[in-house]
Amino acid sequence: MLLIDCPHCGPRNEVEYAYGGQAHVARPEDPYALDDREWAEYLFYRDNPRGDYAERWHHTGGCRKWFNAIRDTATYEFRATYPAGSARPATGPGPTSHEGVQP
Amino acid sequence: MAELLPEHPEFLWRNPEPAAGYDVVIVGGGGHGLATAYYLASVHGITNVAILEKGWLAGGNMARNTTIIRSNYLWDESAGIYEKALKLWEGWPEELEYDFLFSQRGVMNLAHTLQDVRDSERRVYANRLNGIDSQWLSPQEAQEVCPILNVADDIRYPVLGGTYQPRAGIAKHDHVAWALARKCDEMGVDIIQNCEVTGFVKDGDRVVGVETSRGRINAGKVGLAAAGSSSLLADMAGFRLPIQSHPLQALVSELFEPVHPTVVMSNHVHVYVSQAHKGELVMGAGVDTYNGYGQRGSFHVIEEQMAAAVELFPIFARAHVLRTWGGIVDTTLDASPIISTTPIDDLFVNCGWGTGGFKATPAAGMTFAHTIATGSPHPLNEAFTLERFETGHLIDEHGAAAVAH
Ligand SMILES: Cc1cc2nc3c(=O)[nH]c(=O)nc-3n(C[C@H](O)[C@H](O)[C@H](O)COP(=O)(O)OP(=O)(O)OC[C@H]3O[C@@H](n4cnc5c(N)ncnc54)[C@H](O)[C@@H]3O)c2cc1C
Ligand SMILES: [Zn+2]
Repeated sequence: MLLIDCPHCGPRNEVEYAYGGQAHVARPEDPYALDDREWAEYLFYRDNPRGDYAERWHHTGGCRKWFNAIRDTATYEFRATYPAGSARPATGPGPTSHEGVQP
Repeated sequence: MAELLPEHPEFLWRNPEPAAGYDVVIVGGGGHGLATAYYLASVHGITNVAILEKGWLAGGNMARNTTIIRSNYLWDESAGIYEKALKLWEGWPEELEYDFLFSQRGVMNLAHTLQDVRDSERRVYANRLNGIDSQWLSPQEAQEVCPILNVADDIRYPVLGGTYQPRAGIAKHDHVAWALARKCDEMGVDIIQNCEVTGFVKDGDRVVGVETSRGRINAGKVGLAAAGSSSLLADMAGFRLPIQSHPLQALVSELFEPVHPTVVMSNHVHVYVSQAHKGELVMGAGVDTYNGYGQRGSFHVIEEQMAAAVELFPIFARAHVLRTWGGIVDTTLDASPIISTTPIDDLFVNCGWGTGGFKATPAAGMTFAHTIATGSPHPLNEAFTLERFETGHLIDEHGAAAVAH
């Protein structure tokens, strides 16, 4: 079970949260300027790294605010959580993306 | 008595050293990689093929899935490819000369709400229009098919009925992989284990080989069949895939006498149950919502899945869990697979099968082999290319396919 540190409420159990996928995906400033390929990228293409990932979480069972987190998708270790709207913090090197949990 | 398993032959394939190059290199030695090589060799006469597997043969999702095989998908495109797969499954034991206990014991998908009932009936009619066996069962009929099913109306999510596909079932997944490996090997395909692909060798926009933990291997064409790792490979090759990797787990109980004669799935309370040939109850649930490459899952998912299972099958209350495990599944936004050319010439991709690709193994292999051999899709995978994310012709099987992830 993950322990997730809501920037507003503090550490709470994973079951209180809903997952929101990749963070910092900017809505196109001029939607009319986009071609089909760019629209597809915006709508359907997300990063899927093995290692640090900036992602969104929603504290549905608590303050009901969205916030961002940097989490290692191999070890599941949270490196940082921070309020929505703030810039991605520097999180240091940490384990490399090819180590961590193996079968 | 539980059914006896097929005998274990001693050696089914060689363990060759990688050659300097091959006409086709397949990345990933799971069921899909093996089936692709099988059809490349048997249908297209391309036998100078290597399957590169970073671990041991079929130790990925092929070894971790709950082996449910069905073709009761809603949309025509899905019905086409999954029903073709089911037909191939029906002939495979004879064709591959190997008994892997493909057991057509039926699959029931339960409905627990009025909307479930309507969606399920719609799917039954859609299936029938596509020539797929499918019927609607009342709660009593459902209990006749599976006598241990609790159809009481005072439980939290009462069973309001279910769809039933009698030709659906399960198979012994390991034996399927071994059967394919033996046939591939006989036709000259090199199966190379402990060989991780770490990069791609390109000449401009064309792939001409792969870098591996065992050195460079040249390739006329490269096919990716790496399930949950597909987007890591695409990143190395220099293109993106609309894939998110999630942990999906399953569990088995200790062995029991046969009590569960079919396969029961519930989308709404999210558990699926069958009884393996040896006697274990095999159970699956939903994916962890977050992206992950750890081959384990969240504990609360197991808790919810067990609660649902015990409510539906009260006699499971005293069963002990023997083991749990996880795999990494490659999900797309429309819950449908990708079998496609890529922006890199001579590089092809088969991925996005998410939580349901085992059932598709024969048709995935057949259509992917066709795509690699001819450079263009087979009619059955024409709708499943990467272009659909740009044209908007998505095949939205979320929920529609009778399981919601
Ligand atoms: C718990 C669970 C339950 C499931 N239940 C069902 C079910 O009931 N019915 C159903 O139809 N489907 C089910 N699935 C889904 C099904 O298992 C997959 O869709 C299917 O196995 C994917 O194709 P594959 O067999 O080739 O993948 P895999 O067997 O995962 O093969 C991919 C292979 O690629 C290898 N690989 C990855 N990266 C590299 C690299 N860089 N170099 C070399 N090799 C590499 C991996 O080691 C792996 O062996 C389930 C999956 C899970 C995890
Ligand atoms: Zn909060």
